[in-house]
Amino acid sequence: IELKFHYTVHTSLDVVEEKVSAVGKVIVDQRELYLGLLYPTEDYKVYGYVTNSKVKFVIVVDSSNTSLRDNEIRSMFRKLHNSFTDVMCNPFYNPGDPIQSKVFDSMVSSMMVQTC
Amino acid sequence: MEPHEEKPIIYTMENKPIVTCAGDQALFTSLYNSLTQQLPREPMEWRRSYGRAPKMIHLEANFVQFKEELLPKEGNRALLTFPFLHIYWTDCCDTEVYKASVKEDIVRWQSLLRLHSTTDWLIVVVESDTKKKNKTNILPRTSIVDKIRNDFCNKQSDRCVILSDPLKDSSRSQESWSSFLTKLRTLLLMSFTKNLGRFEDDMRTLREKRTEPGWSFCDYFMVQEELAFVFEMLQQFEDALVQYDELDALFTQYVLNFGAGDGANWLCSFCQPLRSWNGLLLRRPIDMEKRELIQHGQASLLDLRSYLFSRQCTLLIFLLRPWEVTQRALELLHNCVQELRLLEVSVPPGALDCWVFLSCLEVLQRIEGCCDRAQLEANCSHTVGLWTYATEKLKSLGSLCGLVSENGPNSEDLNRTVDLLAGLGAERPETANSLQSPYKKLKEALSSVEAFEKHYLELSHAAMEMYRAIGRMRSARLVGKSLAEFYMRKGDPQRAEAFLQESLKSYLAEGWALPVAHTRKQIAECQKQLGQTDEYLQTSALLASDTHLTDMERKHFCQEILSFAGQTAEGHAQKVVLSMNAFAQLRQLQFRPATAVVHVGAALELELSLRSLMPVPVRLEQLAVSVHFSLEKGGARGRAGPGGGAGNRGRVGQGQGSPCGTVLFPGESPPGALPRSQPPALELYEIQDRSPSDGALNSAGVVCKNVHLLLRRQDSSASLDTPSSTAVAVEDGAQLLKTHDVSLLPGNNNILFTAPSREPGTYTLRQLCATVGRIQFVLPHIYPIVQYEVYSQEPQLSVEPLADNLLAGLPQRVKFIIVTGHYSIKRGDALQLSNSDAMPILSSSGCVARVLSSDSELVAETTLSMQSSEKVTSVSLPLAPPYHSVEFQLEVQCHIPAGPVRPESERLTNGEPWHRARSRQRTSSGMSVVDQKISIDCPWSIYSTLVALTFYIPFKAKHLLLSSGKRKYIQVCLQNVSDMNFHVSDQQLAERQQSSSLWLQSLNAKAKQLVHSKQSVFCLWEVKWTCEPPASLQCVFSINFCPADAQRSVFTPYYYEFQLDNVSTLYSLSADIQPAPGEQQCRTGTLCGLEVSIVRLAEPSDSEQQDEGPVETGGFCTTKLMYEVVDNSSNWAVCGKSSGIVSMPVAANATHKVRMEVMPLFAGHLPFPSIKVLKYLPHNAPSTIPPDTDGCVENDNISLLDKGLDDQADTSSIRSRGSVHSLGGGSEQQQRGLPMPRLEPFGPGQVFNRSQGCQVLVLPSKDDHVLEVNLT
Repeated sequence: IELKFHYTVHTSLDVVEEKVSAVGKVIVDQRELYLGLLYPTEDYKVYGYVTNSKVKFVIVVDSSNTSLRDNEIRSMFRKLHNSFTDVMCNPFYNPGDPIQSKVFDSMVSSMMVQTC
Repeated sequence: MEPHEEKPIIYTMENKPIVTCAGDQALFTSLYNSLTQQLPREPMEWRRSYGRAPKMIHLEANFVQFKEELLPKEGNRALLTFPFLHIYWTDCCDTEVYKASVKEDIVRWQSLLRLHSTTDWLIVVVESDTKKKNKTNILPRTSIVDKIRNDFCNKQSDRCVILSDPLKDSSRSQESWSSFLTKLRTLLLMSFTKNLGRFEDDMRTLREKRTEPGWSFCDYFMVQEELAFVFEMLQQFEDALVQYDELDALFTQYVLNFGAGDGANWLCSFCQPLRSWNGLLLRRPIDMEKRELIQHGQASLLDLRSYLFSRQCTLLIFLLRPWEVTQRALELLHNCVQELRLLEVSVPPGALDCWVFLSCLEVLQRIEGCCDRAQLEANCSHTVGLWTYATEKLKSLGSLCGLVSENGPNSEDLNRTVDLLAGLGAERPETANSLQSPYKKLKEALSSVEAFEKHYLELSHAAMEMYRAIGRMRSARLVGKSLAEFYMRKGDPQRAEAFLQESLKSYLAEGWALPVAHTRKQIAECQKQLGQTDEYLQTSALLASDTHLTDMERKHFCQEILSFAGQTAEGHAQKVVLSMNAFAQLRQLQFRPATAVVHVGAALELELSLRSLMPVPVRLEQLAVSVHFSLEKGGARGRAGPGGGAGNRGRVGQGQGSPCGTVLFPGESPPGALPRSQPPALELYEIQDRSPSDGALNSAGVVCKNVHLLLRRQDSSASLDTPSSTAVAVEDGAQLLKTHDVSLLPGNNNILFTAPSREPGTYTLRQLCATVGRIQFVLPHIYPIVQYEVYSQEPQLSVEPLADNLLAGLPQRVKFIIVTGHYSIKRGDALQLSNSDAMPILSSSGCVARVLSSDSELVAETTLSMQSSEKVTSVSLPLAPPYHSVEFQLEVQCHIPAGPVRPESERLTNGEPWHRARSRQRTSSGMSVVDQKISIDCPWSIYSTLVALTFYIPFKAKHLLLSSGKRKYIQVCLQNVSDMNFHVSDQQLAERQQSSSLWLQSLNAKAKQLVHSKQSVFCLWEVKWTCEPPASLQCVFSINFCPADAQRSVFTPYYYEFQLDNVSTLYSLSADIQPAPGEQQCRTGTLCGLEVSIVRLAEPSDSEQQDEGPVETGGFCTTKLMYEVVDNSSNWAVCGKSSGIVSMPVAANATHKVRMEVMPLFAGHLPFPSIKVLKYLPHNAPSTIPPDTDGCVENDNISLLDKGLDDQADTSSIRSRGSVHSLGGGSEQQQRGLPMPRLEPFGPGQVFNRSQGCQVLVLPSKDDHVLEVNLT
């Protein structure tokens, strides 16, 4: 299953790139980081979010989960972004290393628990 | 005339709002055409309730003849058939006629309308001139209108309009038309607003009842759709769409609620098992079959959805938004699949796939039908999702029906296919003629393996090409990958591999470890089928090391490699060369010794840390490192010695070379850990901002110049290292480091090599090669570069003092170090040291030689045997292997040379700069030095080694002759200049030539004395003689010393030789100061008398005669003396002549007295002014002293002033020191060049001043007058 997610997320990068470049043409500075639904599949909905420094977040939601609206997804991304920023601000973190922050981890898992 | 009158209302887009016409049908018919044409010509603004934005609409109407049946009955809410406006036409202009028939007709019409509570009506009175002319006696025409208005339109005068001359083309007719049309439009809109508003209200009420039992969605659907139809009829597609969207949302919400456990009864009808799955149908504006199904509550979920979507699709296409159709279609299809799941509708396997497939194609074809090719291509991104979805579905259908397997479908598969096709039903008539209809496609695709392949490939390639066209390469590759899977199942690995490799490339480049592992597994399968052994093994190696796979899988792939390796090579099959990256990683290399610099033949060990990535232990037959050898600086290192190696140490693993000789290899972390390239180093610069006006510092900071590099975001993650499976070539390294039969356990392994070191030179490690049976794993380059060096070295001897500086006169230890280099010390080898008398080598028996290995480990300790002969001391050396060092210490003692030691500066001529530097340091301490050279013959060389040692003399001696009248004393001052403390004893002073007439009586302590560093000891002897002492006395001072901290006090003598001249006292001086006559005491400011008497003490001696050239005057032999009274401390003012020449007869007790006047300047006990006596030599006298010796200049005043005075009478100037007559001085200087008499000082002890140190009491003067003497 994880493998399938990897394929899905990987493919979704196509759409992310497409959206980012499309947005880039219109307004450069004040753009919305949340990219919205990247593409739906039969089983999952893939949402994307790109920070200003082009860090990409992707959330994959089961299609049958209908309780999550756009706004919830958006706030999830915000939370994720904030937490990610905290991790990056940690002076002991080497950019590029896999993230091993407990705080980040617990934040992500709490988000997962909340949505399930 | 009224074409629609009799026809049933059909639901087409030709629907228009219905307007009924009553009254004069013939009149209406004549106007019908222009009416229908002109009505939509101008738009009207439609103001709407509920705050909806007003809209401009073009009104059209369907004019039908008024019939009572047309009026809606109570409760009938059909809007499409609803007559919005009723018009009564009349051209009556005759009051009589009006009264007779028309009025009645209108009343009847009105009552009918009222019966149905319709208020939307209009009476049109048409006037025409032709009619007027016929009847001349007409009432004013307005009267008819007025009558009608009076009769019917109470307070609604606008319900009656006049249309004049409608069939004429006059301006009046135009005007009348336009006002009529405006009125008509307004009334129509009013009717719409009113009726639709009422309808909407009803609809809302109905919707609010949805929680009540018995409420049916289908009924409501029909109602709201009616509204949508009306909007559609009014060309308000947007509003129509909203109605459908609302229905869609409502339905969706119900389904969701059902999923949440809140089921509505009416939903049960949608939960029936699925029996038909014949796709969307978008070719009709309204799918009446489905609509009827809904109307009767028999629709399945798919029916409802299909119908709803087909309506939405139609409206969207009207709105020219075809791309929204595709997007919504995809959503719909996904949603339907979800909803069916949610409602737990039983669906035969594959049915949904069929439905989705058909629907996708239907939507695509519908879109293709309404767009041109260019538009389609430009909007691939909207359609590609559907293409992919269709492809996926077809694929799953294919595998369901056994069309993908190599063998074709079996009977079970065929049965399933038949069932699926049955669910499709018959083809719809709309598409029956189209060859490419989705229905036909699906049927064909499911009919045979070949047809399926054809269709599947067609779809896949179409989807891939579209993805490529819009730059979604990843998606394209994913489709490609699924195509590859298809090929694999079809047994065509060749084609599959190409797709897989492409996907793999992109996953690797972007660092997706899991897809990489999965794709590799597929590739491995391909390669195995294709029989690409090398590639397969390489892939297997990668897979075996991939931690994302399960242990089982990894072991499987590892076993594949091992079993291949274990096969006996058929024929002369070459070994298979694979890249080592996947197999193992070189983590660390460590040299022992750490410097990685060894001498020829020395043992150099190399420890290799290899991290095996295999899941199981692997036995390597051989592990070899090929080494490149170069002579580079091999020979040149000869004498550099180990110290020189330090400079080269950096070469061992540039960059990460650690001082401990360990080379770490950049952590090629296991695949999946996402390695990153090292970020570039920070380039920081200082920045200062100064204000332009005064240059004051505003701010200072540090700026990073390469921010753009550092902060550049590396895209996601660096790529996984791609092992270059190509070009792994084994170098035929001439030299190899080898080990055999190594078992490589999973994880880190340390393997020890012994590096060859037979030839001096540089060895560079090039390749690492592990051999397992037929397989060789090769690491093509070892980077960073690892080198070690082997050098050869000449033997060397060096001698160093142990202490900071060697002290002469004491036994000192000197360290000998022999670095053997390539020479090995054999039995009987000895050092031959040439002896010198000044520095004997003290042979001490307990001399121990230490043999050290090249890394300073003690190897052996032996006692040295020494043999001394007259000339040579031979030190036999211990046995020592090459590249060791031998250390031993010898004691030497440098004798202190007796004679006057060279001053230190002389020593500087020996030219060695470091010596000079050293001696200069030493000058401050004032130590004298002695250089000693030893010549050493070494067994390995025919040349002698000359070693220079510098000794420092710890003492310095000074002597002084002291006199007391005729008695003489010699004082010797011994100064300890060294840093050590010494005991001294047995100080002795002796004459060089022993003469009986003279003896020296010691006045010194007998006991030994301690002389601390930098301190002096003084010794004193009285010189006594019986007869006249010789003019010159040569003495030797000797003293014994030994270091104060020595255990055994071995005293060493120190000698000091010196010569004393003119020992005996010739003259005695005495002075007396008398107060002024009549005074008891001297007083300041008053003149006192100074009487100086010079007495000759000794008989003239021979030497004196020669020296001073006495002048015979009047039978007496006299010498001339010059006296001088000088007061250096400004206590006295000498009045009158302060100096003069006296002639002294050369005879004992000859006395000469000189008187002069002095004036004390201060009160108190004043020391006497000093009196000097000098030899005065006439100008013709032979000079014994060089003319410009210090003697002349010793006292400027005298030489300057008194030379001129010579024989002249005394000058009466008051002279005191410093009061220089500058005028006189100038003239006197001219005489410098002339031959003139010279002054020569007496030697020490020749003149004895009796009154030295005498003081006289001076009282202050009585008057308070203070004499001020200005001293400059």
